[in-house]
Amino acid sequence: MMNSNDRLEVRKTHKLFIGGAFPRSESGRTTEVTDHEGAFLANVAMASRKDAREAVIAARTAFASWSRATAYNRGQVLYRIAEVMEGRTDQFVNDIQRTEGVSKKKATGQTQASIDRMVWYAGWADKYSQVIGNTNPVSGPFFNFSIPEPTGVVAAVAPDKPSLLGLVSVVAPIVMTGNSVIVIASNSNPIPAITFSECLATSDVIGGNINILTGDPTEIMPWLAAHADVNALDLTGVTDPTLAKELEVAAAGTVKRVRSAPINPDFEATPTLSRVRAFTEIKTVWHPLGV
Amino acid sequence: MAFEYASAPESTSIVTIKGSYDLFINGEFTPGHGTSFTTINPATEEVLATVAEANQDDVNAAVAAARKAYNSTWSKMSGADRGKYLFRIARIMQERGRELAVLESMDNGKPIKESRDVDIPLAAAHFFYHAGWADKLEFAGYGTNPKALGVAAQIIPWNFPLLMLAWKIAPALAAGNTVVLKPAETTPLTALLFAEICQQADLPPGVVNIITGAGDTGRMLVEHPDVNKVAFTGSTTVGQAIQREVAGTNKRLTLELGGKAANIIFDDAPIDQAIEGIVNGIYFNQGHVCCAGSRLLLQESIAEQTIESLKRRLQTLRLGDPLDKNTDIGAINSREQLNRIIDLTKAGEDEGAERWSPNCAIPDKGFWFAPTIFTNVTQAHRIAREEIFGPVLSVLTFRTPDEAVEKANNSPYGLSAGIWTEKGSRILWMANKMRAGVVWANTFNRFDPASPFGGYKESGFGREGGVQGLGAYLTTEDPS
Repeated sequence: MMNSNDRLEVRKTHKLFIGGAFPRSESGRTTEVTDHEGAFLANVAMASRKDAREAVIAARTAFASWSRATAYNRGQVLYRIAEVMEGRTDQFVNDIQRTEGVSKKKATGQTQASIDRMVWYAGWADKYSQVIGNTNPVSGPFFNFSIPEPTGVVAAVAPDKPSLLGLVSVVAPIVMTGNSVIVIASNSNPIPAITFSECLATSDVIGGNINILTGDPTEIMPWLAAHADVNALDLTGVTDPTLAKELEVAAAGTVKRVRSAPINPDFEATPTLSRVRAFTEIKTVWHPLGV
Repeated sequence: MAFEYASAPESTSIVTIKGSYDLFINGEFTPGHGTSFTTINPATEEVLATVAEANQDDVNAAVAAARKAYNSTWSKMSGADRGKYLFRIARIMQERGRELAVLESMDNGKPIKESRDVDIPLAAAHFFYHAGWADKLEFAGYGTNPKALGVAAQIIPWNFPLLMLAWKIAPALAAGNTVVLKPAETTPLTALLFAEICQQADLPPGVVNIITGAGDTGRMLVEHPDVNKVAFTGSTTVGQAIQREVAGTNKRLTLELGGKAANIIFDDAPIDQAIEGIVNGIYFNQGHVCCAGSRLLLQESIAEQTIESLKRRLQTLRLGDPLDKNTDIGAINSREQLNRIIDLTKAGEDEGAERWSPNCAIPDKGFWFAPTIFTNVTQAHRIAREEIFGPVLSVLTFRTPDEAVEKANNSPYGLSAGIWTEKGSRILWMANKMRAGVVWANTFNRFDPASPFGGYKESGFGREGGVQGLGAYLTTEDPS
């Protein structure tokens, strides 16, 4: 494409985001992504099961340090992502417009909502355990408290649309509490997710904490659903009931927590803490009182 | 050696066991249409009663009764009135507490001191605690308008029959659901007595339905299309089968499954208390406890002396008649379970661990297993990895706190853990590192209706008890 001053555009290679790096798929495969009118946009890496497994290793490694980061620190890291996203607003708007075929106004609205969603969750990092944890008045001389902790490694599927807001709405509540995530981007609109991964790479996210795969969820997710080092599945983007069932059956192999696709989701509405609860575990500690 | 004690058996005259029991559907006892089965006293192998087996028609009838009660009565009733019914049930359970305790010990084999002091009071407390939630659901943190799910299918194990019933039914009813509950086939009697309590409380018909049977009945209940919620406590294998079965449906699921808890003793622990905690951790209820402290992790410097003290303490435990007030270790619940314990302990010996039990007389009849300790256990041994669900302790050692954390978490399970040390900062550091749902510091096997219970990893998901447990029976309006 020529731009206004007849300069030939330097195009980007659209790659995966695993362990904080941008590898091509080990399979060597790409898939063609077109705009809403069918015109060529990019050849996007098509992740394989081996890429998914690499991502699980990276996610598990990152979990060790990220889950131990202080709540204040996690909040700042998420807020930093929002800051970097803000600087890329134009790029996101352009991505969304081209892939979703929406007006500039709508694309701008989605971008801003995505950034604001990230800020919303950033602010929860040092509060959610105060809201969904508590002390328990047990009948005996004990101090007893319950606190939420991150579940571990979560494999997620972002919804097809809205491509950016859906992705952020899935990823932010998972990592805010200290989990790591492997997320499969919107299959038909993966380009905003790739721009998002560039924001992650240039913010303070620990390499491997958030891994973004582009490709076909029907191909990759069964491997992640059956992977023994994955603790939970977020099936937000899995609207095909046959695939959802297959993944839920596979999840039973290691008793994974599963959050199913929401029915008629409204990503623009202010969320509840449902996603936070879905990927945290309540730990209860008993300690005797005495002198 | 043990002191000699005169026998002090609890009288069974307080209990009236019928010759045969029907199913409890729609507020009435109705005959089942499956092949009836017997429940025995595991301490004597005597048949206690014949119990109906629910077949598909019976399961359908029970779910239909629960649905009708949900639609016509329970979902329309005020929370305050639901609460009053639960308060009534709690009170009747207290009034009939001794009767329930004796019946529980007869059907299950657990010592009367446990059924009397733990199982039954806690079961009543669960109803009392949840009764108060019924008209306060909007304060529980699940949005301004939390709603019941509908009909809950609940399947419970044989280790704490009435207590597990209370853990399931009390929160379900408080949240406004109706239930169909299946007790374990070897311990149905207190659940059927609970059905009578529901009648005495004038609970509307169909709100609680009790159907008896084995695995097939349970599967029909889980598979029933008109069930909105499945709650299961039992083995990880069955839990996985249920998770597969529920896959692809809109049924909500909570699972409370197996465990292989580490009970970690540091060298500065209050050792006499720790010994009691170790004994309580693994020999309470014959070790038929999913959160039992079945892996003892001893800091190396105190390992020898602790094992010696523990052995001395075990020699004072009294095994025998569950109805005797002095009994510490009752009967194993079934021959099947006894065989499982025998198989796994044999594997322990075959794999090279060293086995020890105190001298203790085993009654001629019934199912019994002497308290057992295995030393020289490695993490690879089956007795260190698999849930034995019996009075069998595997002892491992560690040198540093990091090593203790590593070993404790080296399990697909994550239900509970124990930490014994006088150092407060170490307790909190260790508690923080445990990948387990319940952590007991300088205590073990404590339960309370206000305290959420449930596991990490393959020990299941969801919590029972506390405000978090209530969430398992409520739906909230999430926009996405």
